[in-house]
Amino acid sequence: MYYKPRDHDFAVSLVQVYDLSASQFSPDGRVFQVEYAIKAVENSSTAIAIRGKDGVVFAVENLILSKLYEKGTNKRIHNLDSHIGMAMAGLLSDGRSLVDVARTEASNYRMDYGSSIPLKTMADRMSMYMHAYTLYSAVRPYGCSIVIGSYEDGNPQMYMVDPSGVAMGYYGIAIGKARQAAKTEIEKLKMTEMTCRELVKEAAKMLVEILTLAFLFVIHVVHDEVKDKAFELELSWVGEMTGGKHERVPDDLRAEAEKYAKEALAESDESEDEDM
Amino acid sequence: MAYDFGLGIRAYIANRVTDKLTRVSDHIYCCRSGSAADTQAVSDIVAYHLDFQQSETQEAPLVKTAANLFRQMCYRYRDQLSAGILCAGWDKKEGGQVYSIPLGGMLIRQPFSIGGSGSSYIYGYVDSVFKPGMSRQECEKFVENSLALAMMRDGSSGGVIRTAVITEKGVERKVILGDKLPKFFEG
Repeated sequence: MYYKPRDHDFAVSLVQVYDLSASQFSPDGRVFQVEYAIKAVENSSTAIAIRGKDGVVFAVENLILSKLYEKGTNKRIHNLDSHIGMAMAGLLSDGRSLVDVARTEASNYRMDYGSSIPLKTMADRMSMYMHAYTLYSAVRPYGCSIVIGSYEDGNPQMYMVDPSGVAMGYYGIAIGKARQAAKTEIEKLKMTEMTCRELVKEAAKMLVEILTLAFLFVIHVVHDEVKDKAFELELSWVGEMTGGKHERVPDDLRAEAEKYAKEALAESDESEDEDM
Repeated sequence: MAYDFGLGIRAYIANRVTDKLTRVSDHIYCCRSGSAADTQAVSDIVAYHLDFQQSETQEAPLVKTAANLFRQMCYRYRDQLSAGILCAGWDKKEGGQVYSIPLGGMLIRQPFSIGGSGSSYIYGYVDSVFKPGMSRQECEKFVENSLALAMMRDGSSGGVIRTAVITEKGVERKVILGDKLPKFFEG
């Protein structure tokens, strides 16, 4: 037997909300604050990372929001240690505070154990740290996802940590607005057989292609100037070719990759024109 | 006294019969010299850290890691401790390794290392006999002879020789009793 609430009970009770605190579940078992944080990442500009046979490549689209910005402001690829690279999507400031935490972690590890921190350990520690911010009402979760990669003893490795604090290993990953399109492209690659030199080009192509198309789709503009100036491409890698250090891709290869990307884009434009 | 023969081996001199060859992880042992209380406490703490790291990473700790933990403690508390430690073992990254952490908390990797009160009597012997790339049998003989010589000359050494051979497969321990020691000129 149960009591059916009388009409005036509704009038008295307030509508329950479940999305104000990270420490409260909704009746169907969700933590809305964490889901909103993931949304913040999904609305961000795109970052992709691919693990090849001899290293890991990071590529990030950096939207130029104002012409007044200096070139290379608000970088989204960072070094956590000389051997670990990180790309992020979401709130830039949140990401940078994670970079700070990770660097302290890497430095402490080296101090204690006399060797550089393994990527798995770094991924575990970062995921624990980010997860802690989904547990208390006094804090909000991190509004960013991070991808970290390294090349240790001949093994390329890569992990992605999202705002809920889950860390998983990947062969290829895309985060941010155009992640679906990028993932579809990444899935076409045989990345475990490819070198970073090849992957840099593919990554650049993917970003230029996907983003320009997405941009065109949204804004309905077909001017080359707009295409070229819409974003800056950040490219970095870590692997055999850099001796296990995470570095930005050298200018000549970068130029080559951009050329390759633009040519591919021009081709796809032509075939689209034919379709029309 | 210790020696590394590529696969990983080292052994130690015992004060009479106490076992100063101490396990810090499955494939890493240390030879303690100096204050027994100090070195026991330090090796216990290092063993704890390695155990913790092992359960965190699900991988056997590196010898380098163990040696660094020893260094860290021995250096930080160098004014209070009197501990000379040889740390050696085998790991899958670098194979057999020997590290020495002497009194002030310095850390150095060596192809072989000697320590403790008797060691000063045998520097000449080990320097003349040691050659890189010795076989396991040669290493064991080298270690046993060196120890017997040191024990003979040193007033505060003597008793049994305890050795441990550490390889990928694990540790093999051996004791050579006082009446079975290698004999040399004793004049």
